[in-house]
Amino acid sequence: MERGSFGVPVASLESVSKNYGDVRALRNVNFSVGAGQVVALLGPNGAGKTTAVKLLLGLIEPDSGKARVFGGNPTNPQNRMRAGAMLQVGKVPETLRVSEHIDLFSSYYSNPLPLEQVLTAAGLQKLRNRKFGDLSGGERQRTLFALAICGDPDLLFLDEPTVGLDVESRRTMWEEIKQLVDRGKSILLTTHYLQEADALADRIAVINQGEIIAEGTPAEIKALNSGKRIRCITQLSLASLLEIPGVSDARQDREVVELQVRQAEPVVRILLARDPSLSGLEISNAGLEEAFLALTHDAERDNRQS
Amino acid sequence: MSTATAVLSQTQIERSASHTLTIYWKEAKYEFLKNLRLRVYTASVISFPLMFYVLFGLVLNAKASIDGVGVPTYMIATYGTFGVMGASLFGTASGLASDRGLGWLQVKRASPMPPFAYFAAKIILSMIFSFIVVSLLLVLGVAFGGVRMPPLEIARLMATLVVGSIPFSAMGLAIGYFAGPNSAPAAINLIYLPLSFCSGLWFPYMFLPVIMQKIALALPPYHLSQLALEIAGAGRHESALTHWEVLFGFTLICLGVARVGFQRDQGKLYG
Repeated sequence: MERGSFGVPVASLESVSKNYGDVRALRNVNFSVGAGQVVALLGPNGAGKTTAVKLLLGLIEPDSGKARVFGGNPTNPQNRMRAGAMLQVGKVPETLRVSEHIDLFSSYYSNPLPLEQVLTAAGLQKLRNRKFGDLSGGERQRTLFALAICGDPDLLFLDEPTVGLDVESRRTMWEEIKQLVDRGKSILLTTHYLQEADALADRIAVINQGEIIAEGTPAEIKALNSGKRIRCITQLSLASLLEIPGVSDARQDREVVELQVRQAEPVVRILLARDPSLSGLEISNAGLEEAFLALTHDAERDNRQS
Repeated sequence: MSTATAVLSQTQIERSASHTLTIYWKEAKYEFLKNLRLRVYTASVISFPLMFYVLFGLVLNAKASIDGVGVPTYMIATYGTFGVMGASLFGTASGLASDRGLGWLQVKRASPMPPFAYFAAKIILSMIFSFIVVSLLLVLGVAFGGVRMPPLEIARLMATLVVGSIPFSAMGLAIGYFAGPNSAPAAINLIYLPLSFCSGLWFPYMFLPVIMQKIALALPPYHLSQLALEIAGAGRHESALTHWEVLFGFTLICLGVARVGFQRDQGKLYG
């Protein structure tokens, strides 16, 4: 399915900055979600992802710049009717049953999905009469997911939907999100799982320390930093390896050293020249995870220099 | 003209009156179920006033009378006020503080829920539990304390105490906006217990030291209990209007404080 070109954005941040006291949460952030598009906001904890979502939900106001949803103010009730949100919550009323939570949230919307459909979409059919407090972590996430989709919104905000889930629950959640995509929903997803952004998103915006440091399709993000991974056994110290130009990261993995590099050949030449005893050389393509690590690593380095 | 109409239709939510009513109904219904299943709430809010009433009103002083009214009748008014206060403070403040502090209120605010429905549900819940507590006190009083009141007086007493829960719900909202999710129950008890003691709800007002009797005049629970006592036939002959005025003014102040908290929340991040 082609979801490459898009018209009017359904959600956007325009030159948005936001501080909490002295703490800078976002600085001059621009990004948008087009109709029918899935955008992943990818970054480590504390990067500003949740702040971006809260601005677009109208829960907080930007210090400068504009947050728009459907071309208007996110707090506009009519816009809230067309949006659903899954946020990170510390405590949800525990004595209400799954179906009761869904029934209440469905009542807020004009054209909610039938309860059965919501339960099916979130995989909660067998848990409908279970109290929230008796659910496992994954089941709780699925219930919050159900509350986000029960109003059949056009635009969904999913803030770290799979955080804390085991591999199987994560896969299930991905399938559920993909079904929404197939139904033409626009989705803004935040995650610090790189694999997740790669698997679900049409576009990825990498955010670190409140700034968007890269944006593009998953392929573009990878191409932007199509790094290589070098593994070898060497006498050279980690510190000296890090000083080799083009090495963005060096890690000791038992007796093997693992290097993230932009281009393998120049680094390999230097390694072999400096350490004739070097052995066990392996070179592989870096995945998105490594590309992302390299990006944030560079940003940190730039920050230190400036 | 057409632009103006378009703008208007965009900013107003298209919801029928019956839909809005349904939302309020469900919000209140689930708020009730949530708390009914919460043993901490039901146990403390219902059993404490009943226990005190049984001990001090039915076991220890059943034959005594105050201001020409038997103690079992007198104490329905005072422990009724005590029960109403507890139901209202715990019904609003602890839930609000926890919802605010732990992110649940943000999930609700991000939805198209009418904001007032959330508060209305808590106020209605407090009134329902106030009704339950006072009804149980009356049942105990009639069954074991020889309490005899004409049905009309019972209805008036009920209505007064249930409406009297509103000032304490307002107070609870104010507390809920300024207490943390974990400290709220302690904060409520710190206010609830001394306030009810000083207002003469545990031991009749005239047994308090004179200085405390003077302080009681400034306390809202004292005024609600006097309204209830008046109906029970043991009023202190201050005009009912004065008591209502004090309670009304107190409600406005609490709502004002809660509003400050509400607006402060709009720009703040939690979690």
